[in-house]
Amino acid sequence: MVKLGRERGVILAGLVLILVYPWGVTAVGQPFLIGLGTRILVMGLAAASLDLIVGFGGMVSFGHAAFFGIGGYVVGILAFHAHAGTDLLGFIPGSNQALVVWPAAILVAGLAALAIGALSLRTRGVHFIMITLAFAQMLFFLFVSLRTYGGDDGLSFRPRNLVPGLDTRNDTSFYYVVAMLLVGFLVLARRLLDARFGMVLRGVRENERRLAALGIAPYGIKLAAFTLSGAVAGLAGALMANQARFVSPELLHWTKSGDLLIMVILGGIGTLYGPVLGAAVLILLETVLAQWTDHWMIVLGPVLVALILFARGGLWAVLAGTRRS
Amino acid sequence: MLLAEQILNGAEFGIMLFLLAAGLTLVFGIMGLINLAHGSLYMIGAFAAAWAGNATGSFLAALLAGMAAAAVIGMAVEAAVLRRLYARDHLDQVVATFGLILFFNEAATLLFGRQPLFAPMPPWLAGSVELLPGVPYPAYRLAIIAVGLLVALALYLLVAQTRLGMLIRAGNSDREMVRALGVDIGLIYTLVFGLGALLAGLAGVMAGPLFSVQVGMGEQVLILTFVVIIIGGIGSVRGAFVGALLVGMVDTLTRAFLPGLLKTMLSTSDADAVGSGVSSMAVYLLMAAILLWRPRGLFPSHG
Repeated sequence: MVKLGRERGVILAGLVLILVYPWGVTAVGQPFLIGLGTRILVMGLAAASLDLIVGFGGMVSFGHAAFFGIGGYVVGILAFHAHAGTDLLGFIPGSNQALVVWPAAILVAGLAALAIGALSLRTRGVHFIMITLAFAQMLFFLFVSLRTYGGDDGLSFRPRNLVPGLDTRNDTSFYYVVAMLLVGFLVLARRLLDARFGMVLRGVRENERRLAALGIAPYGIKLAAFTLSGAVAGLAGALMANQARFVSPELLHWTKSGDLLIMVILGGIGTLYGPVLGAAVLILLETVLAQWTDHWMIVLGPVLVALILFARGGLWAVLAGTRRS
Repeated sequence: MLLAEQILNGAEFGIMLFLLAAGLTLVFGIMGLINLAHGSLYMIGAFAAAWAGNATGSFLAALLAGMAAAAVIGMAVEAAVLRRLYARDHLDQVVATFGLILFFNEAATLLFGRQPLFAPMPPWLAGSVELLPGVPYPAYRLAIIAVGLLVALALYLLVAQTRLGMLIRAGNSDREMVRALGVDIGLIYTLVFGLGALLAGLAGVMAGPLFSVQVGMGEQVLILTFVVIIIGGIGSVRGAFVGALLVGMVDTLTRAFLPGLLKTMLSTSDADAVGSGVSSMAVYLLMAAILLWRPRGLFPSHG
């Protein structure tokens, strides 16, 4: 019970930090840091969605950036058509209404995850890692070849998607929209993981054969988790596109998938909240090191290696005093 | 005639991939390690060779420098880092070797800058050979094919006929049992890794005069190399050979002919864009199809 209390305390502290962050950076005269905070929350959302399948379901996907990028491109492409006043494929009108575009991003990314998951989940282990990477690479090259939408160079659009009653052009308002979505997802995911679905998902990770012996077919559960995870990554991608007002194939680059895995590991695999912390630490580390030297990766690389070799369990376990669930 | 040339190009690219894939598949099969930094060894080979070649003017020096640098750095990394990862799960391996990529790329940038290096071609291979009447083909590319076939043969003999090869095969099927029989498996690990690094370095040396020697060149081939070993079946050198040729052919031929085919249906600029997109996707489609058909690859080597 004492340990549970400590984890609750850390969660509460995190929530408070998320809430007061824009106020804090404005108070110290650095309001441009709000954008950095938004990026952290968005990547935290993507990383937490990845943790759902990697940490709880034991499915190591090396192609999660694909869904992130799809979500981003849904925003970019619909904004492009809204601006040009044309229809996508001749019958889908463009839009820049968040209440239309974001659900569309979730839907399209979810459908992509359903299709990719249905095929990939027939394999396991390293083959699963590589086939998810292969599908992500296919989508990467697909977007590179879409010359209408900028191809290699990407597509920039203006303004951000509109939320009724809110000025999303204001960085602080947009930050709070993102924060609300992140916290909403974490609450939902926590409830889902504590419910039967979560128990079965962990069962998939621990021993599929035993689960099958209990009369539960693992495939459907894995596919459901994979689809949900992809859909949420799509939402994160849509938010990232809005934050940057720019999408490019870079969103789907395989190193992005690597970054997401690093965030999950850094924060703590199978901890749900840890990956958000991991996203914060990785992005802050990159930002600080990049200010210090152009060659920051020469420091970051060995730090990652040392982390894997010597610090197992992730930062969340250190902070919250918990072990992997 | 164009087709013959492109088939040779495909074979040459396939051979390059095979040199990379052979080491990677052995390392994965025996040590169970996903080594994303394998592409970095290829880059190290190419950089060391370009540097030595420019400094001495001798291709032989470049060849030796490239292979030695890749093998020595490879074995040092194995001893310092990778050895500790063999027993870890794949996720840890992916992230740690991803960190190694960042390090090697940035170190290469620091040492050689961001400009691509020029790697000289040996003058005695600079000409071209007329294989079929009216089809001249660069001698250098033919030499790559020849070297690759020799390496494939040597590897086959090593794995199938020698005592070390027997231990490699044994380690591939059950490394605990090999250890239990009193074999110094750690030594075999280092030797196999060194051999894989050497071949990756060789591929880098040979790629130098054809492609630009620059930071990031490793990752471009790395993912294709993984596609090769997954298609071929992890741990199988034969599978790596077949998979490499398959991937080399599919990639080269779709790149060469698909835009032309599409031009009969689409406008020129659309055909170029779609064609290059689809031909980049082709190998991944091939891999997905093969995995769905045979989830463990064409030549699975484990039980």
